[in-house]
Amino acid sequence: RKMAEAVQNHVKSLNWGHRVQLQDRKVKYFNIKASFVDEHTVCGVAKGGKEILLSADHIIIATGGRPRYPTHIEGALEYGITSDDIFWLKESPGKTLVVGASYVALECAGFLTGIGLDTTVMIRSIPLRGFDQQMSSMVIEHMESHGTQFLRGCAPSRVSRLPDGHLQVTWEDRTTGKEDTGTFDTVLWAIGRVPDTRSLNLEKAGVDTSPDTQKILVDSREGTSVPHIYAIGDVVEGRPELTPTAIMAGRLLVQRLFGGSSDLMDYDNVPTTVFTPLEYGCVGLSEEEAVARHGQEHVEVYHAHYKPLEFTVAGRDASQCYVKMVCLREPPQLVLGLHFLGPNAGEVTQGFALGIKCGASYEQVMRTVGIHPTCSEEVVKLRISKRSGLDPTVTGCG
Amino acid sequence: VKELFSSLGVECNVLELDQVDDGAKIQEVLSEITNQKTVPNVFVNKVHVGGCDQTFQAYQSGLLQKLLQEDSAYDYDLIIVGGGSGGLSCAKEAAILGKKVMVLDFVVPSPQGTSWGLGGTCVNVGCIPKKLMHQAALLGQALCDSRKFGWEYDQQVKHNWETMTKAIQNHISSLNWGYRLSLREKAVAYVNSYGEFVEHHKIKATNKKGQETYYTAAQFVIATGERPRYLGIQGDKEYCITSDDLFSLPYCPGKTLVVGASYVALECAGFLAGFGLDVTVMVRSILLRGFDQEMAEKVGSYMEQHGVKFLRKFIPVMIQQLEKGSPGKLKVLAKSTEGTETIEGVYNTVLLAIGRDSCTRKIGLEKIGVKINEKSGKIPVNDVEQTSVPYVCAVGDILEGKPELTPVAIQSGKLLARRLFGASLEKIYHTLFWPLEWTVAGRENNTCYAKIICNKLDHDRVIGFHILGPNAGEVTQGFAAAMKCGLTKQLLDDTIGIHPTCGEVFTTLEITKSSGLDVTQKGCG
Repeated sequence: RKMAEAVQNHVKSLNWGHRVQLQDRKVKYFNIKASFVDEHTVCGVAKGGKEILLSADHIIIATGGRPRYPTHIEGALEYGITSDDIFWLKESPGKTLVVGASYVALECAGFLTGIGLDTTVMIRSIPLRGFDQQMSSMVIEHMESHGTQFLRGCAPSRVSRLPDGHLQVTWEDRTTGKEDTGTFDTVLWAIGRVPDTRSLNLEKAGVDTSPDTQKILVDSREGTSVPHIYAIGDVVEGRPELTPTAIMAGRLLVQRLFGGSSDLMDYDNVPTTVFTPLEYGCVGLSEEEAVARHGQEHVEVYHAHYKPLEFTVAGRDASQCYVKMVCLREPPQLVLGLHFLGPNAGEVTQGFALGIKCGASYEQVMRTVGIHPTCSEEVVKLRISKRSGLDPTVTGCG
Repeated sequence: VKELFSSLGVECNVLELDQVDDGAKIQEVLSEITNQKTVPNVFVNKVHVGGCDQTFQAYQSGLLQKLLQEDSAYDYDLIIVGGGSGGLSCAKEAAILGKKVMVLDFVVPSPQGTSWGLGGTCVNVGCIPKKLMHQAALLGQALCDSRKFGWEYDQQVKHNWETMTKAIQNHISSLNWGYRLSLREKAVAYVNSYGEFVEHHKIKATNKKGQETYYTAAQFVIATGERPRYLGIQGDKEYCITSDDLFSLPYCPGKTLVVGASYVALECAGFLAGFGLDVTVMVRSILLRGFDQEMAEKVGSYMEQHGVKFLRKFIPVMIQQLEKGSPGKLKVLAKSTEGTETIEGVYNTVLLAIGRDSCTRKIGLEKIGVKINEKSGKIPVNDVEQTSVPYVCAVGDILEGKPELTPVAIQSGKLLARRLFGASLEKIYHTLFWPLEWTVAGRENNTCYAKIICNKLDHDRVIGFHILGPNAGEVTQGFAAAMKCGLTKQLLDDTIGIHPTCGEVFTTLEITKSSGLDVTQKGCG
């Protein structure tokens, strides 16, 4: 409760900060749910019931997404919660079942386990789809060895409430076909996010969406099928769902509209970090993607198992602390992707993302002197390739 | 293997392990020494060759014949004086290339009597124990933060110095052992003796008991590193300690005076204060000479805000012992550098961190004509690390004009600065920031700081990178690689930040120093 309150207070201060910023910049802020009337007009109902109509030369849609509920599962909506709710709970969620294999599912399961709660993750097929699978399985391994339980290859079929208030979940083990049940205090759905585009009445403006995902279709200038209507962020089809990309896309769009710029957003080599108990930072291609694009013979992967200095005296298990760099085999061995599993992964990865943007080669990275003692320096000390078959465990100070 | 040697006309000494009583035990010890569990286990002229495969490989490559040469001019191909970061990496590389290598490593005990094992300064009395004590102090702060995040515990939190040092020393011992093992694995001879040149190609090795042995080699590498400097005032060697002693001090140092303004002084003062000790830093002039002075002053003021006292522009002139003990009580008399003011203070411990001196004056360099810089003691070398004597090279902290390994950035920054035309051709972007982890913990905003220095004449190329904040090492490493690849401000702006981290502030730097605009941070951008 103390933690939730402190976190919520900080978030509220950020809400306030945003409102103040808008005010300072003389941006008019309406707390209303807007929808299209025609291609230049939106309408919405304010809190008092009053209807407001607004027209504009340019319209930017940035409505984001919301967590998906598995509405086909009985009791899902009634008894389950999502990430929308977990950060605002007034009481501890208790024994929790997290359904999903996304980074949201794993991060939540991670911190719930970390604060001492009995946590289980139910994964239908693979973890962290779209991420490097070797790294993803190591993330899960670490969580498993630190107390999070996993139900792999299972899919829930029903959620009901027991007389004592607990939730009973029924699921099917897809490999055996058998059904099983479990009792939990909380069920957290983390099975993806969807845009709420239906309520925008986009058809009134003529804005096209993807028939599969309902996300808005845009070109490289963030323009929709209607010339003066744009879309950015999570609501857009085919874009990474990340805050910094949305922020940058928004800024660049406005600079193009009103600032005379012609700079387009570059969605390549966007770095990101999964904040699971052992953090996973990555930028560029996964090993699978690199091999698919260039062929196994043209890809060289350098890797190392290392032990953070801070883990030694503390006696912590470093089995999954691992880093790998995926490069082209031909000299100078252009770096295609970097994957780092360990503490402060975000801090480690950020600078290297810059390097990749500068077209870093393996040779250049290796000529960079390491900062000692850090975990980050392990990247510039990578010497053993997967191809060599040699033991990639780092020993001593190099 | 026996047939191979016979065909070479070489008589072997064969020990058949299945025919001796303690054969199994011998095999165990062999495994320990050579990391090889199997037989045959082959040694030639004291060098471990390996099993059957390695022996044949060595024969095919010519290494075996080389080792068998009885009339080789020298005992070794290479003798390295100093088993630290420089010396050991050199030794391992040379051994991999098939050379016969010896490492002479010896630690002259500090005035307080402290000594340590193989690995040099970094492992024993530098980087490793320093970072571990830094981490110990950070964990103390984390405990304070944790209450804000909902962790509840009744006990009062206090720090036990002895528990910490014991754990750190255990880890260091395991590293010492690891180094010894890895030298053995690569058949590098390691001798725990003090090396001194006596004539060309010949070195005298004196061990702890005073026994002298002589060795010869075709090539030598001097990697003797440095030791902390003393003040040269009354009582300094007798009563003061240095970083050589701090990390294995068997008792808590108590109220401490740190003399110096180096990163060693500030890091030590920092973690000692983090353990709750009363710490004062006595500084003669500026902090962190050679580092960006704006950043240095910010480091200093952060420490001051967090309880470290600073006595600026003073130097100690006398140290007296008031009480013996562990720790005892010392009286320090100090004089101002700008006038006649004198002050005195009483401390349990005085830690000197005023610089380090190269170990080059007592190793017989004059006997073989290796020139050193008489003033600094450092050895000038050419681009291939050769000294004035062709068969002697030098590596590490003792090199003149080459950066001491840790502050590589400092030196290159200095050189770069000299090459530029002047400050007006630099554009500096900066910002204050508030790490997310500090928000809920209630730690101060607008203290952490980031700045980059760009060269206007060269596409705003990033020539300087500075961050003051948590995990600075982890953040900086990747940017260093990027700078090596020619990082520019434009590329920085085009890069997406990882959210939420501290490092991402560098991808959204907008405000230049010259604009004078407010750099405080609010919200998510």
